[in-house]
Amino acid sequence: MRGEQLTDHIDSIETSVIELLAHRVPADIKVTAETRIVGDLGLDSVAVLDFIQDVEDRFDLSIPLERVAGVQTIGELCVAVQTLKRDAR
Amino acid sequence: MALLSKFDDMRAALQALAAGGRNPFDVRFEKILSATEAVLEGRSCLLFGTNNYLGLTFDETCISASVSALRAAGTGTTGSRIANGTYGDHALLEQRIAEFYGKRAAMIFTTGYQANLGLISTVAGRDDHLLIDADSHASIYDACKLSAAEVIRFRHNDAEDLARRLGRLKNSAGNCIIVTEGIFSMLGDSAKLREIASVKREMGATLIVDEAHSLGTRGKHGRGVCEELGVESDVDFVVGTFSKSLGAIGGFVVSDLPDFDLLRIACRPYMFTASLPPAVVGSVIAALSRISTDASLGERVRQSSGKLYRALAHEGFAVGPEPNAIVALKMPDREAAVRFWNRLLDRGVYTNLALPPATPGSLSLIRCSISAAHSDAQIESALSIMIAVGRELGVLDSELKNTSAPAPARVRA
Repeated sequence: MRGEQLTDHIDSIETSVIELLAHRVPADIKVTAETRIVGDLGLDSVAVLDFIQDVEDRFDLSIPLERVAGVQTIGELCVAVQTLKRDAR
Repeated sequence: MALLSKFDDMRAALQALAAGGRNPFDVRFEKILSATEAVLEGRSCLLFGTNNYLGLTFDETCISASVSALRAAGTGTTGSRIANGTYGDHALLEQRIAEFYGKRAAMIFTTGYQANLGLISTVAGRDDHLLIDADSHASIYDACKLSAAEVIRFRHNDAEDLARRLGRLKNSAGNCIIVTEGIFSMLGDSAKLREIASVKREMGATLIVDEAHSLGTRGKHGRGVCEELGVESDVDFVVGTFSKSLGAIGGFVVSDLPDFDLLRIACRPYMFTASLPPAVVGSVIAALSRISTDASLGERVRQSSGKLYRALAHEGFAVGPEPNAIVALKMPDREAAVRFWNRLLDRGVYTNLALPPATPGSLSLIRCSISAAHSDAQIESALSIMIAVGRELGVLDSELKNTSAPAPARVRA
């Protein structure tokens, strides 16, 4: 999966990010773009950073910690991924 | 809204912890008897959670040197070195620690925390990139917050992941600075420094290694994992502490970097805090002299911790990935860890309770640290108590058992 070619379309990014969360959060938690990463998912701060690493591997990019700190929702994370992918070109 | 309401979750977590017996963050010893024993709740208790790896806190030579320095130069320096000046022993300790590591220069700090905070935040500037191991100590994370550099985590001890992340930066301006540790403080695993140093050479980065838990316990001369793995010449800065193997408090950085002394007027955690007091500097100079000339303490702690690690693994405990002066027992969950820690204290063994999010992989750990000052009888006693409590609480042969733990045939070899 690492670095696979994915489109920059925000819906595609969101689908992939939500897939990555599947094994980390209970099945009864419905994840959407509005889901808050800290608070709604039951993940502690280390688990959140491990999830971010999964996202980095999937999209073959590094998300700086200061960028992570500014992200609250899954949707905001997806926008950050989209921006970093475009900047990397 | 109350000022501290932001910590409501923490308050609830602390209350839940304390409901399990004691508050693990507020253990109060009534008396310290030696490097390995204290009085707690009115009775003697074995200390297996102090990071006093070489047991030098009660070393007569260190105490005498400390008392002499106290008498000669007073109880404190009452300020920073840039304002109040450098005492002779500050300069002497810097010379001695640089000589110990075979480096050109050293800077000492008031704590090990400040050494990381100061070095990392100062050398990593606005256009630079810090690449830190994901399991880094809080002082490294806090240093990153203080730095203006971009901060990227690489997967724990994964040189390939580090190389990938450095590769993504190849067209970026600024320096790439890798930060890792010799031994990681929670599980006691050591860094794959050969692989990391190789990546550093190939990609042209700077390498900082924190040897807080490996000074005195690893390497032929006690210089840590960098020495043991033969990568000292690849490491640009070694960070360490005086508060563990050297039995006092304080931190240091050593380096061959030209103009290293420029940091003294650029590094705020060095410049704007009081310098180490004479009594501390005196004892650290004596402790450093001891480990420079006596390798037996390091050998002793390696033997004792290896013995304890193998025996615990043999009994079915899920232990950390390798024997070290830190021996971590993985508990099935937070509640089991709290119960285990309390039962050990009930029976007179003090260890560290380490819980998420302070632990890697959200593990709940009983973290033991072994000292060269522990007698064979003390190790046997602690081992027996740990096994008894493990059986009582049903945490032996847990699913967390590390597959890399030694096979039973090798136990007690």
